[in-house]
Order: sequence, then structure tokens, then C-alpha cells
Amino acid sequence: MSIHRPFTRDQRTTIVYGMLAFVLMLVVLQLWLLTATMNAYLGGDQSVIWPASAVSLTCLLLNVGLLRYLYHIDRTRR
Amino acid sequence: MSEDPRAPLDIRIDTPGREGLAGTTPASVYSPVRDDEQVTIAPDWRPMDEQPAWRTDFPIDWPQDHYVERRDFVKFMVLTSLAFTVGQFWIAVQNWFRRRRGEPEIRKIASLSTVPVGSAMMFSYPGEHDSCVLVRPMDRVLFAYGQKCTHLSCAVRPRVEEGVLQCPCHEGSFDLFSGRPIAGPPRRPLPLVRLQVRGDEIFAAGVEERTV
Repeated sequence: MSIHRPFTRDQRTTIVYGMLAFVLMLVVLQLWLLTATMNAYLGGDQSVIWPASAVSLTCLLLNVGLLRYLYHIDRTRR
Repeated sequence: MSEDPRAPLDIRIDTPGREGLAGTTPASVYSPVRDDEQVTIAPDWRPMDEQPAWRTDFPIDWPQDHYVERRDFVKFMVLTSLAFTVGQFWIAVQNWFRRRRGEPEIRKIASLSTVPVGSAMMFSYPGEHDSCVLVRPMDRVLFAYGQKCTHLSCAVRPRVEEGVLQCPCHEGSFDLFSGRPIAGPPRRPLPLVRLQVRGDEIFAAGVEERTV
């Protein structure tokens, strides 16, 4: 039988730190993708544009998922 | 008090059970609901009775403050992530419009007699605001490039005798024979304008954007 216990504030702070590290990595990846794609677009290279857009969208969805989890643990705090 | 607890509450102001709504009750009655964990902790972690008076008067719950700061920063970063994704799709849409425009038409830009050996001339292609430069370093050698520097779009100046196209804004230089960057901040070559020579006439027949 599982017992659901809300996180304490210290636990939530640790979770937010971990989440922040992950979100920052994804955002830096997106920034790199954007600059590389812009460079390719200005150089006339079209082959990377849609794959890069798909990866960027995936990163956004991951970030939104993490944000939803953050709202969830905020709602269920003790 | 023998009032029936199930009786409906009189919602008029200052009726029994609702005192204070007109300002007659001390504010302490309405103290905010506090989380068990929301205890004030000073930044030096010493107990509150050892803290200066001002800190007791204006307490800040630092662990809570840190938590809220990081949480809000995560939210801001997700917003930044959204902005990057929008930018990415904006590039894709721009690329779609560019493909729809297709190749520019072939157009006469000059005559060989108007471009002496060792000289250069400016022209616009494909649009009237797309300035380009035509150089003739040797008798049977002609090159044409877009004139916008690939760093920050300043106009490059041909220096035919030195074999370079120079950008005066940040001292960027491009090779005259290939259009590739050889010095300064630019990283991409200048767009190459394809040329056709028919008799004495020079035609522009397309623009080739390049990454390397």
C-alpha cells in the first residue's frame, strides 16, 4: 500500500533546484538551436530548419511538463 | 447562546457573527493563515531573539523567499523556452515564404565596356534594395557578391588591388575571388551572384547564399 505524503518545503526547494538545472540545460540547447538554425537559414541551408524546430518544440514540451509538475507539488503541499 | 447552528447567517454588515466587517474588530483577528513550515529564519541562521530589532520588526522568511525565487525563475525560463520555439518556427515560416518566391529572373546588370579591368561597380539584384557589387580583377574574370556584410549587414567596399572586400564597420574582410571571410567577425561568405556574359553584356542569373 502506498502512502501519499506531500513534500516538505525543503524537499520542494531541492526539487525546484533540480528542475531549474534541467530547464536551464534545455533552454541553452534551444538557444544554440536557434542561432545555428538562423545561421543555416541566412546561409541558404534549408535542411536543418524543420528538424531543429521539432527538437525545439520537444524541449518546450518537456519544460511545460516540468512546470506542470511544479504547479502540482505546489498545490499538494502540506 | 442557544442559537440554532443550522440557522442561515444574516449577511448584513455588523450582525452577530459578522462583527468587524465594518472595521470594529482588531486587525489581529484576521491574521493570515500560515503554513506550519513558514517560520522566519534569519539569513545567518541564528534564532530570532539574537537578531537586531529591525529584523524582528520586519521579518523575512528566507528559505521561503529562496523557494519562491527559484520557482518563479523556472516559470520565466519556461517562458523563454516558448520564445525560442516561436523564433524557431518563425524561421521555418520565413523559409517557406522564401521558397515560394523562387529563383529571381535573369537580368542585365552592365556591359563589359563599363567595367574596366581592376575596377568595381554597384548594382541592385534581385530587388531594388538588394545592393550588390560587381568586380573585375582581371580581363576575363568577373565576380559579383551581395554587398551586405554577413556580420551586421554593413555595406562592404571592394579593394580590387588588395584582393579583398572590406567591411568598414568592424574591419571584416572577404576574399575577392571567393567571397569567403578572411578576417574580422564575419563567419559566413558573402552571397554569390551568378553571372552570365553574352557578348558585351553581363547578366545576373541568381543569388547563391552560402554557409561555408
